[in-house]
Amino acid sequence: MNQKRKIRILVAKPGLDGHDRGSRIIARAYRDAGFEVVYTGLHQTPEEVVQAAIQEDVDMIGLSSLAGAHMYLFPRVLELLKENGADDIVVCGGGIFPEEDIPKLKKIGIKEIFTPGTPLGEVVNWVEENVKPRS
Amino acid sequence: MFKKESIEKIGVDNKKWQQLFQESVEKAPERLKRFSTVSDHPVQNLYTPLDIKDLDYSNDIGFPNQYPFTRGIQPTMYRGRLWTMRMFAGLGSARDTNKRFHLLVNEGQTGLSTAFDMPTLMGYDTDSPRSRGECGKCGVAIDSLKDMEILFDGLPIDKITTSMTINPPAPVVWAMYIAMAEKRGISRGVIGGTIQNDMLKEFIAQKTFMCPPRPSMRLITDTVEFATKEVPRWNPISISGYHIREAGSTAVQELAFTLSDGITYVEAALERGLDVDSFAPRLSFFFNSHLDFFEEIAKYRAARRMWARIMKEKFKAKDPRSMWLRFHTQTAGCSLTAQQPYNNVIRTAIEALAAVLGGTQSLHTNSLDEVLAIPTEEAATIALRTQQIIAEESGVANTIDPMGGSFYVERLTRDMEEEALEYIRKIDDMGGMVAAIEKNYPQLEIADAAYKYQKQIDSKEKTVVGVNKYVTEEELPVEILQIEAELEENQIKWTNQIKDTRDNKKVKESLEKLGEATQRDDNLMYLIIDAVKEYATEQEVCDVFREAFGIYRDPGVY
Amino acid sequence: MVIAEKIISGDIRAVARLIRDIDDTVPEAREVLKDLYPYTGKAYVVGITGAPGVGKSTLVDQMIAHLRKAKKTVGVLAVDPTSPFSGGAILGDRVRMQRHSMDEGVFIRSMATRGYFGGLTQSTRSAIDVLDAMGKDYIIVETVGVGQDEIDIVRSAHTTIITLVPGMGDDIQALKAGILEVGDIFVINKADREGADRTINDIRLMIEMDEKRYKDGWKPPILTAQAVFDKGVKEILGEIENHRKHLLSSKQMQSIFKYEKARNDLVEMIKDRIVSDVLADIIHSREFEEALQLIMERKIDPYTACDNIVLKKIKKGNK
Repeated sequence: MNQKRKIRILVAKPGLDGHDRGSRIIARAYRDAGFEVVYTGLHQTPEEVVQAAIQEDVDMIGLSSLAGAHMYLFPRVLELLKENGADDIVVCGGGIFPEEDIPKLKKIGIKEIFTPGTPLGEVVNWVEENVKPRS
Repeated sequence: MFKKESIEKIGVDNKKWQQLFQESVEKAPERLKRFSTVSDHPVQNLYTPLDIKDLDYSNDIGFPNQYPFTRGIQPTMYRGRLWTMRMFAGLGSARDTNKRFHLLVNEGQTGLSTAFDMPTLMGYDTDSPRSRGECGKCGVAIDSLKDMEILFDGLPIDKITTSMTINPPAPVVWAMYIAMAEKRGISRGVIGGTIQNDMLKEFIAQKTFMCPPRPSMRLITDTVEFATKEVPRWNPISISGYHIREAGSTAVQELAFTLSDGITYVEAALERGLDVDSFAPRLSFFFNSHLDFFEEIAKYRAARRMWARIMKEKFKAKDPRSMWLRFHTQTAGCSLTAQQPYNNVIRTAIEALAAVLGGTQSLHTNSLDEVLAIPTEEAATIALRTQQIIAEESGVANTIDPMGGSFYVERLTRDMEEEALEYIRKIDDMGGMVAAIEKNYPQLEIADAAYKYQKQIDSKEKTVVGVNKYVTEEELPVEILQIEAELEENQIKWTNQIKDTRDNKKVKESLEKLGEATQRDDNLMYLIIDAVKEYATEQEVCDVFREAFGIYRDPGVY
Repeated sequence: MVIAEKIISGDIRAVARLIRDIDDTVPEAREVLKDLYPYTGKAYVVGITGAPGVGKSTLVDQMIAHLRKAKKTVGVLAVDPTSPFSGGAILGDRVRMQRHSMDEGVFIRSMATRGYFGGLTQSTRSAIDVLDAMGKDYIIVETVGVGQDEIDIVRSAHTTIITLVPGMGDDIQALKAGILEVGDIFVINKADREGADRTINDIRLMIEMDEKRYKDGWKPPILTAQAVFDKGVKEILGEIENHRKHLLSSKQMQSIFKYEKARNDLVEMIKDRIVSDVLADIIHSREFEEALQLIMERKIDPYTACDNIVLKKIKKGNK
């Protein structure tokens, strides 16, 4: 049989903010780059995000946050992934973050943070360079 | 507007000139392959009387304060009184925001505008598991009437007007405001202000939702009826295009979907049996001001003309105030960049100028750090000063509608009107905006436009300074306001304390009464006020609605 | 056996990963499937198909809620099309079912059609086996009813539901060709919309014109629903139960169903194997490229070239 791994990504919107312009644009860009994208929809708890990621066996989770709750939501997602033995899944974040939060998020295991103005090409390239489909 | 002979002569001259232009272009090509607005509307090299020869001055443009109000709704416009400089504020606890309000009033601000945190906006109390990590993050947390009392403590609410940006729980938060005023001995007949209360644009764009579209329309119509009968100085809906634009729509989509929403609210109120002239004067609008200067000015002028015609022709309004499109403007948050943040001051100034030249009634100018966090005091002050400079130094407020008669602006106004009408017709054919939302039509149109725009930025077809052109490596450090984590704990404790000390039997009874009323045609506002006066929390009241009307979930369209 | 054991014991991570391997056509997955086969055959499989936008996912979401109330466990496979331009896909069905994601009795998996040589049918069938082996009582497979692949997928279900919305007059004519024939239950969703009665009549007429369909005694019911408001969903589940009873009603019915399912499954599997192994082999061979050149130069006709290649291959295979 011809084996062909495809990168699968969960685009998730934890928390209560409804600004999904960015996450929807990113989802389309990922699709157009040849990835399979699962979208959770808005207003998800970290628990719901992690369950979806596991059931969908994704290689990466893209978390979007624009209302300032990332310092609770992002670490919680990482914690739950660990609890479920799924911390091999790459997690990155996109949205609005105060400058000094970015190193803190990276330190606890968010692989990359994308802020407004990042070109789509860069976001897609990052996946190609940093996310390998599970072998 | 022009004599036939002069149009003919201009036509001949224009042809000659276009030839000259082409010759020059052949020698030295134009700067861009294609010229278009931010919304990708094509722009010609020159506009002349030929482009507006079909316009009739009296019917299409007219005079300020005269139908169809293209040039403005008030007779004196800014020569009489400047627009209201209304800055959106809200952060942390009610106490913190109260302090900021006092400061703004002392700075000369003439109206207050409240931002709420996400749990409050979604109808959850701070202690809900869904609220974790969100308390006070992008606005003030309001759980009960106690918080509302603290928020407006010491502020002259009988003299200033208050705008509250709140949607699904708008009836509840408004009820708290009314209850707070009455406790201070100020009657509901005296207070003035606005609640956003525009659920249609939430389904379309901002995605703060609670109940499905149809019961949401019922709650909104309850507030319209209640305002008409009981709170005559209140604007019960601020029909908003702002968030539609922020979600990535074009200017025409913003215009069309907003007016379509307005039509839907008017129809619902008429169905309730209200007379059009009894409520229509209290409907207000809220638009975005993006960076394409002339396109924005044209949008506001087109909006005024269209709404006047819709109200007069479709709804047979007689009172001219029913035909007035009064609007608040906020500069475009989505146009700001995290890179080189001080550039945002200039962007905001251009956008604010467009709003003023478009004849806005009130204006919020974004702070330069809005794209990073909640504004610091210093940044918010610069934003307010921007308005004051436009108002009192630039001279643009000295004459009414100074852009009127510009060949380009008049043509663009007409083009936008025509394109928006096309959208409105399409939505009418689908059975109105509620049906269109259920089909995800506006949501998908916006998603397409947003994706297209982003691609244009990526391909550098559209320039964003500091992002895809003139990029610099180092970034200026900007001072950022952080909300401390204890806030959430304190707010939970505080709300629990209120729950322990109130008369819980009365709370239960009032909520049960409200629940029963949801199953009848009663106007729910009276019972909501009763419940919040007993210190029922925002979520407790909203849970009654969720139980009765169901929960709306993201349909997840791309 | 380790992976198979994990799956039988309901290990979510193991299930998710095996489905991924199946989707990615990892050869080892086949071995696990062999181990799992003895544990399959217990779940009841419901297929749901219909054009985009008819509300299939919302219907599935409500069905899950009802089945969970009845203490049944549910597995869902939601299939969405792969973009033919990029090979990527946005799998958006999950959004409408996401409220069940914290429920341990529910497993939801989104799959893309991927579109390589009909592999979809095979991978979906295998995924059904995995969810079956993990012990799900009901497995719901949702597909966009457009291609032959999707029709084949729902054909392997015990009960197939065709979902329509009012005012699809022309679409029904188009559907008639293939998809209506596989429907055991018809659901007119969004039934509050104008034209519901006409759509019901159109389908009724079509079913009645197709006499041979009732040979086995099951005449497809036509139901109306408003899935968003949970209206008509209970009735749909009632008809699924009736159809299940019908399939179990006689030894003869059972054996017909079992025979047809086994036959379909095996045919599909062989087809898939031939396509993925033999066809790929041919396409990547030198003589295939040479034949292409000759055809372009019009030195040979494609019919002769095809005969040459295939006959040679089959003979080789016979050796």
